[in-house]
Amino acid sequence: MSAATRLLRRLAAAGALAIAAPLALVPASPALAVEKGVFFPETFTLSNGMQVVVVTNRRVPVVTHMVWYRVGAADEERGVSGIAHFLEHLMFKGTDAVPAGAFSRIVAKNGGRDNAFTSWDYTAYYQNVARDRLELVMKMEADRMSNLRLTDQVVYPERDVIIEERRQRIENEPADRIGEQINATLYVHHPYGTPVIGWPQEMSTLTREEAERFYKTWYTPNNAILVVSGDVSAEELKPLAEKYYGAIPARPVPERTRVQEPPISAARRVILRDDEVRQPSIRRNWLAPSYRTDKEGYAYPLEVLSEIMSGGPTSRLYRSLVVDQKVATSAYLGYSPSAWDLSSIGAGATPAAGVPMDKLETALEAEIRKVVEKGVTEEEVATAKKRMLAEAAYARDSLTGPAQALGAALATGQTIDDVENWPVRIDAVTADQVNAAARAILGKTNHVTGLLLPLQDKGS
Amino acid sequence: MNAHARQATPTPTLPRWAGEGEKALPTPSPAQRGRVGVGAILPILALLLTAFTAFPSHAIEIKRVVSPGGIEAWLVEDHKNPIIALEWAFEGVGAADPKGKDGLANLAARTLDEGAGPYDSQAFAAKLQDNAIGLGFDAGRDAFTGNLRTLSDRRDEAVELARLSLNEPRFDPEAVERMRAAVLSSLRRDQADPSYVARRLFYATAYPGHPYGDEIRGTLETLPTIGPDDLRTFVKTQFGRDRLLVTATGDITPDDLGRAVDRIFGALPAKATLPTVTDAEPKGLGETLVATRPTAQTVMLMGQPGIKRADPDWYAATVMNYVLGGAGFGSRLMEEVREKRGLSYGVYSYLISLDHTALVMAGGNTVNAKAGQALDIMRQEWKRMAEGGVTDQELADAKTYLTGSFPLQFSSTQAIARILLSVRRDRLGIDYLDKRDALINAVTRDDVQRVAKRLLDPARLLTVLVGRPEGVTATKTIDGGS
Repeated sequence: MSAATRLLRRLAAAGALAIAAPLALVPASPALAVEKGVFFPETFTLSNGMQVVVVTNRRVPVVTHMVWYRVGAADEERGVSGIAHFLEHLMFKGTDAVPAGAFSRIVAKNGGRDNAFTSWDYTAYYQNVARDRLELVMKMEADRMSNLRLTDQVVYPERDVIIEERRQRIENEPADRIGEQINATLYVHHPYGTPVIGWPQEMSTLTREEAERFYKTWYTPNNAILVVSGDVSAEELKPLAEKYYGAIPARPVPERTRVQEPPISAARRVILRDDEVRQPSIRRNWLAPSYRTDKEGYAYPLEVLSEIMSGGPTSRLYRSLVVDQKVATSAYLGYSPSAWDLSSIGAGATPAAGVPMDKLETALEAEIRKVVEKGVTEEEVATAKKRMLAEAAYARDSLTGPAQALGAALATGQTIDDVENWPVRIDAVTADQVNAAARAILGKTNHVTGLLLPLQDKGS
Repeated sequence: MNAHARQATPTPTLPRWAGEGEKALPTPSPAQRGRVGVGAILPILALLLTAFTAFPSHAIEIKRVVSPGGIEAWLVEDHKNPIIALEWAFEGVGAADPKGKDGLANLAARTLDEGAGPYDSQAFAAKLQDNAIGLGFDAGRDAFTGNLRTLSDRRDEAVELARLSLNEPRFDPEAVERMRAAVLSSLRRDQADPSYVARRLFYATAYPGHPYGDEIRGTLETLPTIGPDDLRTFVKTQFGRDRLLVTATGDITPDDLGRAVDRIFGALPAKATLPTVTDAEPKGLGETLVATRPTAQTVMLMGQPGIKRADPDWYAATVMNYVLGGAGFGSRLMEEVREKRGLSYGVYSYLISLDHTALVMAGGNTVNAKAGQALDIMRQEWKRMAEGGVTDQELADAKTYLTGSFPLQFSSTQAIARILLSVRRDRLGIDYLDKRDALINAVTRDDVQRVAKRLLDPARLLTVLVGRPEGVTATKTIDGGS
């Protein structure tokens, strides 16, 4: 994976961040203070409460147009898991103006590409099109915000499609199955423990009426964010946004209150043995704050910690487990602070050939214990920050990345100011803060350990 | 957090553009992890560059740069961002590993940036990371490629690290061992992926005894036989300037690019000594192979001889593929299998053109109980296209999409350099971006009909099914699959 890919993944995982920066961020001039500024977006709000964000990038005459709804799988009622994602599919099933199946076809006919995705905290729809087709997709996206017309005839075959999607994404591969189980174990009460795609026994009973109810409850302009990046400015976009989205009346939307996690004192283990598995692996997850729930100020220090532990071949975990001890072929610590509620941090490793899993687990635990007990050095923190900020210079060099990052951040409770201040906040992290965060989060023993194993311990 | 996209990744048509790190023969990976963030965008961006569209010349101007040392590089100069991207290919290099050393080129690609010149593996990695320099190598089916990405004020450092990796790689035993272990681990991990099992079975059946039938990463048996000396010999004999193509984009002038290119590649041997690779026609046509695996779905993969990129009917074939199964939503396969019947999350078709073979392919996943039905529908659509071609409306829609969507590919500095490299490798000419719309728009219904009739014959498809498919008559069943 290239460094750029790594960065983008991290930004994406973090939901926001990074960037742009001008040369001031580049370590060439370490004396310069890190300045605010990542994507340099413009923003305004329509009279119905819909927020609009624009990131101008004039390299080629194309735009990414995205509408994000502040609703996702974690906002579902119990018993209808998967309804948020099912509705996402059904949003392509027609309005009076654009019949079922026509949406994507019209976009394609106009040289564009479209798709949509659902997470626990948001649902987003996007089109990438030539700049002169922006108005067309705005018109169609605004139309389906309030004019969706569903019939049983289109709804129920699509339910079969999402069931196939579940089989393809989750059930076909043991690594995906255990991921779902670990998550369900980590979150014992909060809906983040329920898979976005839904539990199979509930997916097969989802109805048109439930999808419509979810749509009417949550899909309103005041609960949506428009993000456009590419060859357009806020001034150019504003009249179009007012014309198409501004005309839709606001409606009250329920508060997003999800049940919270109870205190859990037990460490838990999830073990999946499967005949298909040829390469075992281990992972361990801890609950951790998201940006939004971060009362103690752990989020930014945990990002720096993750870079120290896991940022490339010179990171602690790779050096210790893969290079020095040779007990693993890969090792990581990953943290994603982008969530409306409580997030998580996860470590993992793949054993080298012939290394028993308990030996690998002991080695991974020892590295975690080492950082919890002895902490990191000032020098490690300085190097990690320097690399994170330097890599950030690439993040704006993308058509869709900035729209993606800003949409996810706003939908999970961050502000544009939070996003733009990411470099400043990372730069301000100290070794003491990293150590406090490591102790508070990785020092907890109520984690979940997942083991993916062959039926018999072949080879180890 | 996970997200679930509505559509599976569309399929690569041109393998070499299928993405960095592609190790196998090109194939779609419909089960993309729809990661929120950039990952979630990938489904669209990954859509194939089946064809290009012309650009307003002011947007993308390609300069032909010849270095003082005589190396030609194509450049799109763009000083808006302080970023430079270089892409290069050694054509034919790594196309056939020596007997018993399968996986050599790939292991070289993995190890070239694991220490070079005065820097051991850790020191080299620290140099890259501290300067935010991206340097990568990839062993492909027809070429050994590399890329460099840097901020402009780190240019000299980046160029030096690239030079060292190509000219003075260390191949320290520790690093070679570590990379070998990582490759072996990835091979073992893939055994649990039914899509991977399907690809392996397809290509091993279609190209027995030919490098295209081999696992490019090598095997559990061959990898242990490859040592540092094999890697050194590979580098010394194969990285010849006669096989080199270079492209660049971003914040660099033609003069500076010329100097950089000379520094990185100038001291390499003038000529490479390459193994010969013969042309190959796919075998196993008409066979239906079932690899029994205890999976929830059946993975389907099928194909037959396709069309080379240089063929005058390439653009007609591209239109045909778009209508048949290249379009995602709106394609005939997707419409019949998913939209009307809900049998699959995604089905698709795509074209593959390699130096020594070509394929027209289709695939998808379906519930085991309905595999026979899905397969029948896909074969019927194959036949319908062969017999009837496309309608006027389908032709028109394909053209507006194939021309209109091309600029969407120019999404980053690195993406542009990569597109230029593809144009060079396919010998399309430096004015190709301007010509592309006209080439696509010239396609007629008769052209599509002709090429469909020539290519598509459901009776001659090699079909591979992995899972527990019902309603399928297999010509051969392989138990266990792996």
